Amino acid sequence: MTDIILENVSKFYAEILGVNRVNLTIPPGVTSLVGPNGSGKTTLMNMIAGLLRPSRGRVTVCGISPDDAERFFRIVGYSTQYDSFPRGLTGFEFVECYLRLFGYSAKDTKRLAWEAIDRVGLREPSARRIAGYSKGMRQRIKLAQAISHRPRILILDEPLNGLDPLARAETIALFQALAAEGSHVLISTHILHEVDLISDRVIMMNQGYVVAEGQIRGMRDEISEHPMQVLIRCDKPEYLASRLFGENQVVEVRIHADRAGLLVRTRSADGFYKLLNHIALNGVQIESVSPADDDAQSVYEYLIGSEESTK
Amino acid sequence: MTPQPVAHNWSLWGRQILAIMRIDLRKTFFSKRGLWIYLLAFSPEIPMVGHWLIPTHGPQDTLGQDVQIFSGIFQFFYLRIAIFFGCVGIFSNLFRGEMMDKSLHYYMLAPVRREVLVVGKFLSGLTAAIVIFGGSTLLQFPAMFWHHGRELMNAYMFQGPGLSHLASYFVASVLACIGYGSLFLAAGVLFRNPLIPAAGLLVWEGINGFLPALLKKISVIYWLQSICPIPMPAPQGNNKGALLQLLVIDIDPAPAHMAVINLLLISTFVIVWAALRARKLEIAYGTD
Repeated sequence: MTDIILENVSKFYAEILGVNRVNLTIPPGVTSLVGPNGSGKTTLMNMIAGLLRPSRGRVTVCGISPDDAERFFRIVGYSTQYDSFPRGLTGFEFVECYLRLFGYSAKDTKRLAWEAIDRVGLREPSARRIAGYSKGMRQRIKLAQAISHRPRILILDEPLNGLDPLARAETIALFQALAAEGSHVLISTHILHEVDLISDRVIMMNQGYVVAEGQIRGMRDEISEHPMQVLIRCDKPEYLASRLFGENQVVEVRIHADRAGLLVRTRSADGFYKLLNHIALNGVQIESVSPADDDAQSVYEYLIGSEESTK
Repeated sequence: MTPQPVAHNWSLWGRQILAIMRIDLRKTFFSKRGLWIYLLAFSPEIPMVGHWLIPTHGPQDTLGQDVQIFSGIFQFFYLRIAIFFGCVGIFSNLFRGEMMDKSLHYYMLAPVRREVLVVGKFLSGLTAAIVIFGGSTLLQFPAMFWHHGRELMNAYMFQGPGLSHLASYFVASVLACIGYGSLFLAAGVLFRNPLIPAAGLLVWEGINGFLPALLKKISVIYWLQSICPIPMPAPQGNNKGALLQLLVIDIDPAPAHMAVINLLLISTFVIVWAALRARKLEIAYGTD
């Protein structure tokens, strides 16, 4: 009852598939939703937030249906990808008017609005009209609106778009702080190298289907057709390479140009690490061992393909 | 700890409606896009003030004649054209316009029942429409009759039927805003292009006089004309154009109080229907 649950959810736009047969249970923490343009990320988020209705299936958030708007939006905040705002509002009014819709007292409304605006660092420009804001400022005021009522569930569609590096780092820190407070933070993003930094879990979508979900490492382990790559820095790379060649699970070994390390491709990460421990006990000084392709970028490329342009 | 809203249900809905009106009224009143609505609403004043500034002294320039002319302008132009199209501009934009602007999701991401949203938006549109069109109606009266002099004007207004006529025209304007407003709000909720049902309604209202008695009553103009204090003047002499004949056909008016009640009932039914349909409304800007 505390998770975001999608049960056999499909969405069709007439004959066109939006998303198909999605079954997900999203626990607290930061979850990234990644996939190429048109993969169904925004459709899925809009269905979770009740802006779209599933053609089939059911969505509940903490046991509440999006149809029950009065209860639902007290625990859910959504920053959409739509870069449009009610006409004529200042940044402060945008957040304040939204909070007024909750029925809070004027005093609480102002306090919550300032709290959210401060949290995204927009106090000074908040008196100006949103029409004059930069893309990054518009992203931040939308984020302020989404967090202003202190929701337990935060859904953010491309929240890092248009942010400068400093604002990006601050915003990521904010997501992590919210997740640490026990919130669900569901983020769609196309910046894959940040997915590892931001997320506890990843959902990958392609052509309306969820192709993988879970922790990146676990997802990587499931991809058997692409052997795992491991980088090893050690004092005797040639000796280590000769020992590894004889092992069944090792597919390929390449010694680095600096003769101080090697890249190993293996079918079984667990078996390989056991073997490496055994070798290390026999006189090889291993400086570091690091997986080379268990990040979101690699998993994405293996599952969805590097040819696809990400949104 | 997140603060709790002040109360639930009626009190909460009341606050939410006020919050919706606060956002929407500013957009409706101060939008550059809405400038044409002001022009339409206050356009009858132009010939009336012109008539005042450049009087045509003659046997036909009597107060009685001006009462007839006012009734004609009000029923031929103001109700059927100005308020009708003004309401198209105000009310159909409340939902469909925001869909086009891609800003409707702002309201739909708040803990507001869709029914409350429909009522809040209707009331904000109605407030704007009454201020603009009701206000113009009140201004048209002095603009039309002032040139007859203070004495005659006072006699007409306070010893004659003037005040009661003015009240009837004002009530007709307000009810026109309610009637057309509810229909165009519903059109904005139900149709991607509300101009199509608006065109259909314009034709329906136009042929109202020819319809059987029962069908006549399924319209707004029938009830509005029943409220107007002076029947529409029949065309004189050789100017009996076909269109004019169509518009002045005998409407067999209903009693004014019945007209008010029936119009309010029709509008309530339409708003309730729109509110129920709004429950199914989706934000699909890309497909609109």
